Amino acid sequence: MKRSFKLFFPGFRRQQEPSQGRFDRFMFNYSRLWKSAVMLTGLCAIIPLLMVTWIDYNVTQKAVESESLARTTRTVSNAKRTISEFLAKRKSSLVYIVNDNSYDRLLDSARLTTVLKNLRLAIGGVTDIGVINAAGQQIAYSGPYSLEGRNYSDQQWFKEALTRGTFISEVFMGFRNAPHFVIAVRHEAPDQSFFILRISIDTGRLNEQLSGFELSDQGNAFIINTGGILQTPSRGHEKMFEKIDFPVPVYSDKTEVVQYHSTAEDDYILGYAYIPDSPFILMIVNKTGELMRSWHRTRIEMLVYVMIGIVIVLIAVTGFATYFVNRIYIADQRRIRSLHQVEYANKLASIGRLAAGVAHEINNPLAVINEKAGLIKDIFQLTDRYAGDEKLLGLVEAINESVTRCGRITKQLLSFARHMDSSVEPVDLKTVISDVVGFLGKEAEYRNITIMIDVPPDLPQFESDRGKLQQILLNLINNAFAAQMDGGSLSISVTRVGDASLRIRVKDTGCGIPDKDLKRIFEPFFSTKTNTGGTGLGLSITYSLIQELGGSIDVSSEVGVGTEFIITLPLTFPARKKGRTYETASGR
Amino acid sequence: MRLLLVDDEIDFVATLAERLSLRNIEADWVTSAKDAEAIIQTKHYDLAVLDVKMPGMSGRQLKKIIEKKIPGIKTIYLTGHGSEEDYKAGIAEAEYYLMKPINIDDLIAKINDALAE
Repeated sequence: MKRSFKLFFPGFRRQQEPSQGRFDRFMFNYSRLWKSAVMLTGLCAIIPLLMVTWIDYNVTQKAVESESLARTTRTVSNAKRTISEFLAKRKSSLVYIVNDNSYDRLLDSARLTTVLKNLRLAIGGVTDIGVINAAGQQIAYSGPYSLEGRNYSDQQWFKEALTRGTFISEVFMGFRNAPHFVIAVRHEAPDQSFFILRISIDTGRLNEQLSGFELSDQGNAFIINTGGILQTPSRGHEKMFEKIDFPVPVYSDKTEVVQYHSTAEDDYILGYAYIPDSPFILMIVNKTGELMRSWHRTRIEMLVYVMIGIVIVLIAVTGFATYFVNRIYIADQRRIRSLHQVEYANKLASIGRLAAGVAHEINNPLAVINEKAGLIKDIFQLTDRYAGDEKLLGLVEAINESVTRCGRITKQLLSFARHMDSSVEPVDLKTVISDVVGFLGKEAEYRNITIMIDVPPDLPQFESDRGKLQQILLNLINNAFAAQMDGGSLSISVTRVGDASLRIRVKDTGCGIPDKDLKRIFEPFFSTKTNTGGTGLGLSITYSLIQELGGSIDVSSEVGVGTEFIITLPLTFPARKKGRTYETASGR
Repeated sequence: MRLLLVDDEIDFVATLAERLSLRNIEADWVTSAKDAEAIIQTKHYDLAVLDVKMPGMSGRQLKKIIEKKIPGIKTIYLTGHGSEEDYKAGIAEAEYYLMKPINIDDLIAKINDALAE
């Protein structure tokens, strides 16, 4: 949990204060870096994926569409052939009958009944049979109805049969009150006289043929007439003899497949064929959506995979970008810290050099004063002339004392400056502490701050870096002074911890540090004094110096009561790690 | 016991020599390395008190020359300058490395210590 949190909310995102002072220009804009890394790699990974998906989508869609068009065409062709054969079979049966039987024989009702029986055996679905003479009079009839003597001369089918020789009617209810259609064949005798043999066929067989296509789930098959009226029942469509929803397709002698967009509903694929020598148009209608359904299903699966892929890519890209930007951030922080440390060390070294220079220059005239005053004193003491002149002697003593004091100051300065260099040597902690305190002693005196130093007398010398110890103590004591009101107290105490380490406590009675700041005080650039010139680096440098000495620092604080820094140092200097320790720049 | 004091600060070195002589210590003084080189040709000294930083030649160079002429001579550096390298080197090669200003009694004590070795 914490790891993943750190992965996605690393240091550079939690960084609240973007300003890092004058080193800003050396630093990257991490969030912009992160954004562009995520954008670039993300787009590079996702765009080809989307393109391939899109191309695949289009290509397969076209393929599936043309495939379903082709399939419809095949079905329509098959159906057309079946229906044509169905009609042709019945037509040729009639042709056979009129040629096999003479007009007179057909008028014989017994014969006609036999013919009807045979027809029913041969082709089935034949309701009745009738013979109509040239005048349109049905002169012979066999079937369930009594239609003998009925005159058809004014009926359309009769006229057409007369002119065209054969005729297939549309489906109608007629006198029989059942859907049927009529096939009529005109027979011309050698003596130019002619008659028409007519059978009516109920549409049951035709419907069976069509539902055969429907059963194989190849769409909705039905027949319409040229007026768009349904001739057979249609699954899910209108009742028989109603007008279909689709426009009547234009005539074509071939099988045609068109795409039809209904205003209300889905798109349809419409296959149709005009059945030759009949008023019928065979239609097979498929909803485009249904034909494409399986394709759509695979498309959706594909899209889901693509989405999962994109999500994985995005997570990976974000994770990697975050990881790398954070590495850069950490490296940058380290770089800036060492830049500051270099600067700080250089500053201290310069101060050291300046102090040393001043001390050197003062020491020589001081030595002259010392000797001259000493000589005066010698003369007073060794000759009788001034011996016993207490006042003069007192004056010389005063000069000597002042010289001694000056000498002490310059020696402290020199000693402090001398140890700015980094070198491991036996260190007497008491001396180091008094050096540093001596350096800051005047300020403490002016501000009436009591300094208590408690170092056990049996504390051994130990291997350490005197310069770094000085800097550490100087920083902590400076901080303590800054936190103090005038008249506070500062205590520095040293204790042994076991055989291998010692503990230095620097405790002040200052303003204290609030809890929320306490865990951040060792972070570089963390400062509550940014407005008054603090760099926020003192404690972070102190921290890294202590680490370089192989020690650790701890802090406890109470607001209004004071702060205590506890440094634990090993008595043996740690083996130097290569590359990690920063050597103080030395110009001397 | 004869001492040679070398320091470019004439006020200092002359006064110091006078004070030493008041304490019955015979001390000659010169203000440059060149004069020192000249004076050791004619006289023998038991101990040399040298300044480290002098114009022309440094005290440490001078010490080598003096040691060549008078083997076994003791040396005390007495300087107002106290750079790190000088301090370390001086501590290593001389008997004492002392900082100006110094109390004359302390100096005499060190001189006696050096000669006693």
